[in-house]
Amino acid sequence: MSTTLLLVQVLNGLQLGVLLFLVAAGLTLVFGVMDVINLAHGVQYMLGAYLMVTATALTGSFWLGLPLALVAALVLGLVLERLVIRPLYGRDHLEQVLATFGVILFVNEGVKMVWGAAPLAIPMPDALSGSIRLMDGLNYTVYRLALLGAGLLVAGGLYLLVTRTRSGMLLRAGASNAPMVSALGVDIGALFAKVFAFGAMLAAFAGAMAGPILSVEPGMGDGLLILAFVVIVIGGIGSIRGAFVAALLVGLIDTLGRSFLTDLLKLVLPPSDATQVGPALASMSVYLLMACVLFFRPRGLFPAPA
Amino acid sequence: MRALALLLALFAALAVVPLAADTYVVALVTRAMIFALAAVSLDFILGGAGLVSFGHAALMGIGAYGVGILMEEGTREALIAFPAAMAAAGLFALVTGAVSLKTRGVYFIMITLAFGQMAFFVAQSLSAYGGDDGLSLAARSTVAGQRWLKSPVTFHYATLGLLILITALCALILASPFGRVLRAAKENERRVRALGIDPYPYRLVAYGLAGAFAGLSGALLANLTEFVSPAFLSWHRSGELIVMVVAGAMAASALGVRAGGAGRLGGAVLGAVGVILVEEGLAHLTEHWRIVFGPLLVLLVLLGGWRGRRA
Amino acid sequence: MVWGRDLRRAGLAAALGVMLPTGIVLPLGTAMADPVKVGLVSTLSGPSAVLGQHMRDGFLLAVKEMGGKLGGQETEVIVVDDELKPDVAVQKVKGLLDRDKVDFVAGVVFSNVMGAVVKPVTGNETFLISGNAGPSTIAGAGCSPFFFSASYQNDQNHEVLGQYAQQKGFKKVVLMAPNYQAGKDAIAGFKRHYKGEVVEEMYTQLGQLDFSAELAKIAAAKPDAFFTFMPGGMGVNLVKQYRQAGLADTIPFLSAFTVDETTLPATGDAALGFYSGAPWAPNLDVPANKAFVAAFEKEYGYIPALYAAQGYDAAKLIDSAIKATGGKLSDKEAVRAALKKADFTSVRGNFKFNTNQFPIQDFYLVKVGKRPDGKVETMVDEKVFSNYGDVYAAKCEMK
Repeated sequence: MSTTLLLVQVLNGLQLGVLLFLVAAGLTLVFGVMDVINLAHGVQYMLGAYLMVTATALTGSFWLGLPLALVAALVLGLVLERLVIRPLYGRDHLEQVLATFGVILFVNEGVKMVWGAAPLAIPMPDALSGSIRLMDGLNYTVYRLALLGAGLLVAGGLYLLVTRTRSGMLLRAGASNAPMVSALGVDIGALFAKVFAFGAMLAAFAGAMAGPILSVEPGMGDGLLILAFVVIVIGGIGSIRGAFVAALLVGLIDTLGRSFLTDLLKLVLPPSDATQVGPALASMSVYLLMACVLFFRPRGLFPAPA
Repeated sequence: MRALALLLALFAALAVVPLAADTYVVALVTRAMIFALAAVSLDFILGGAGLVSFGHAALMGIGAYGVGILMEEGTREALIAFPAAMAAAGLFALVTGAVSLKTRGVYFIMITLAFGQMAFFVAQSLSAYGGDDGLSLAARSTVAGQRWLKSPVTFHYATLGLLILITALCALILASPFGRVLRAAKENERRVRALGIDPYPYRLVAYGLAGAFAGLSGALLANLTEFVSPAFLSWHRSGELIVMVVAGAMAASALGVRAGGAGRLGGAVLGAVGVILVEEGLAHLTEHWRIVFGPLLVLLVLLGGWRGRRA
Repeated sequence: MVWGRDLRRAGLAAALGVMLPTGIVLPLGTAMADPVKVGLVSTLSGPSAVLGQHMRDGFLLAVKEMGGKLGGQETEVIVVDDELKPDVAVQKVKGLLDRDKVDFVAGVVFSNVMGAVVKPVTGNETFLISGNAGPSTIAGAGCSPFFFSASYQNDQNHEVLGQYAQQKGFKKVVLMAPNYQAGKDAIAGFKRHYKGEVVEEMYTQLGQLDFSAELAKIAAAKPDAFFTFMPGGMGVNLVKQYRQAGLADTIPFLSAFTVDETTLPATGDAALGFYSGAPWAPNLDVPANKAFVAAFEKEYGYIPALYAAQGYDAAKLIDSAIKATGGKLSDKEAVRAALKKADFTSVRGNFKFNTNQFPIQDFYLVKVGKRPDGKVETMVDEKVFSNYGDVYAAKCEMK
């Protein structure tokens, strides 16, 4: 175990965190602002990846495919909002859970029928393939650095959007008192639709960006959805800042746990026990983190003002 | 009294199944009843106390593993194994509940998921008991030394009997002063606290009981499949249980059964049996049955309205 | 609005009215007929569906080629999806046995599903022909006269790589597998014939997407070779990331069930030069195999993987037994004796049954290469084992 290895793992953890943030951001906005639990958020991530597969195949280019896939995801987000989500505003959370669960079943199966059950791939853009030397003995894939950069950029942009612009102001106002905003002549329905579609597009962006390093397969959003929920709960629902901090935390703990926990346990346990317990404990680490955070802060790290 | 009528009709229908159907349908309906039992135990806290557990499959799985592990160690007797399975699941619920019940709403959903996942990963790493490959049971449990459960029909009626017993028990508890505190705290916690009652211990006891009941359903599931597997504890299964309870409650309200009390529990039975039978029926029609089932769930929500709109 | 509420309620009641009867009535509608019935259990939903799809397509292709008949008898193949859930699999298998009264159950991709269904099927004295899963319990002490494997024993493909690494004289290796039973079996299988140093043994989370943490450790350990068992989408991710991390050119990538025709469409050129161990490859030079691969690609438009070949062989095996007994399937002893002869032309060439009714066959080191038409597939590199049986057969009490 060297400092180089530790550094690489920290980078990897941050990169997973950024990916989680892109998915969690939309989820926490929809939840916090519109008070809708949207389980279908994971399939929007998956759709982003699949749309990207088709878009890159059609255009033959990653850079042309990306905007195409994002626009398609945005449109699909608007359609989903109109058909399923809009009637659910103000309804019981469990009803939202049931309906959006139905959407998951539908989309997962639909994707399998359209694109097939076999995993698919998105080719990595030439400009970003290959690796660069960060320091002695440490090569790192350019694409992963780009992913990290893109995620941080989006996070920054989102922060400015929410805190500095008129749309952001309406968003925050709508979240705290929707009827009042509506009474002041703002079309709250249109605002919600925009927020939802924007969140869908962020998730799709994550899926499209993850495609070149991860396999694109039916159901790929389900596991990520659960992790995204872990993130927004640790961060505090409705808080973009919380989602950002929690996403990085979850990414780091998960990655570092997987790489170092077994070795650490070997210091205190016999090696055979350590290899037995280590991986199981590493798999649990994220959930342990969540349980601990909620025990001490039942409303997450950055609870939204009531 | 529509609630009671719904329950009685359901139980009567389940009781006549072995008279009219082949062994496959009997086994299918037995499986549906086992999930109904799990769904009732979930609805006991979900509908009764507003506690949405997203780790309920873990409680069920612990019950299943209780039977499996005891049998591996040489104890085949249901009169020992079933109470042990219930105790194990109940204890797990009490310990995790003590922590989880500090939180509310979605935070509670997620913290129960966390504990469920931990149990899942533990089951997966139990090499001595098959790990991820699961554990095969030598045979079904004996009852007082007799191999009654071997017969599908006896097993069917034993399951039905336990389902009726637990449903009645849950309904009685919800109707008791204890249950009234639970329901009142669900509607308006502040008012209950103002009356000088802390809902926490009530909720904890209810959660522990629900765990024990779920453990019983797991013990039955282990016997039905004669196999236990970490897949029993996965979060997907917890999600399915929530779907059964909620879909059942909405279907029941559509049939004009008022939400609350025994009516709720009837909804859970209806939901579990309905979901399993519809899934099976659609799967016979097409491999892509989810493309139909998904929109059906959406329609159920959009057309129905269970407790109506929130304030 | 009162009427609105009632309308809704009526609509819902109508929806329920449709849903419940379809659910109840359909399972009741039994079809009784004369043809030979085979229940094919496969995993057709979820991320692993592609494996089950290969197996199903291979099996159905064989039946189709024989004119919809097995052993000259009209045959009905009932395909069921086990959803990769053991309890669901048991439910479906009970339907096949009790309702459809199938003569054979074939298929099963995953060992945990096999573990759950083996008892109900063999306990019912119905023959179970595995199209893939071959857990050690069934090969050893838990062997059954009603269980035949048309595939391999789980450890064997891993043993191929261990043996190869030993022959090549690799001094240090790093091993990696998901943290579940099959993963641990894989590592044990590799180590059976490998006597060099294992510098690192890593267990990853099942369903893990990102392997950058592990890859960094491999790079740091600088082994002579890397062995992994990483099935499905996990393998796709690992292969791509291994290539991207620049390890592909320096540390040989040995694997089992990681690079094959189910994952190669997704990994593409990234997997070129990666090794795997298997009893078969699409270019295996056996006449029956050439015909099979050509027919399969024509029928389904994709290159078959091992699962497809095994599904195809499973159907041929059943065909041979029905033929030999003249369709008299009630005589279980005769059917068993006929199955044991393995009197069919396997796409794998050498194929006979061991005492535990698992195959004795050849195993190859296969390497990912490019065909003349530009598609990638696994290609036979060298034969590692000849007429190789599994180590568990000794524990099986059958003769």
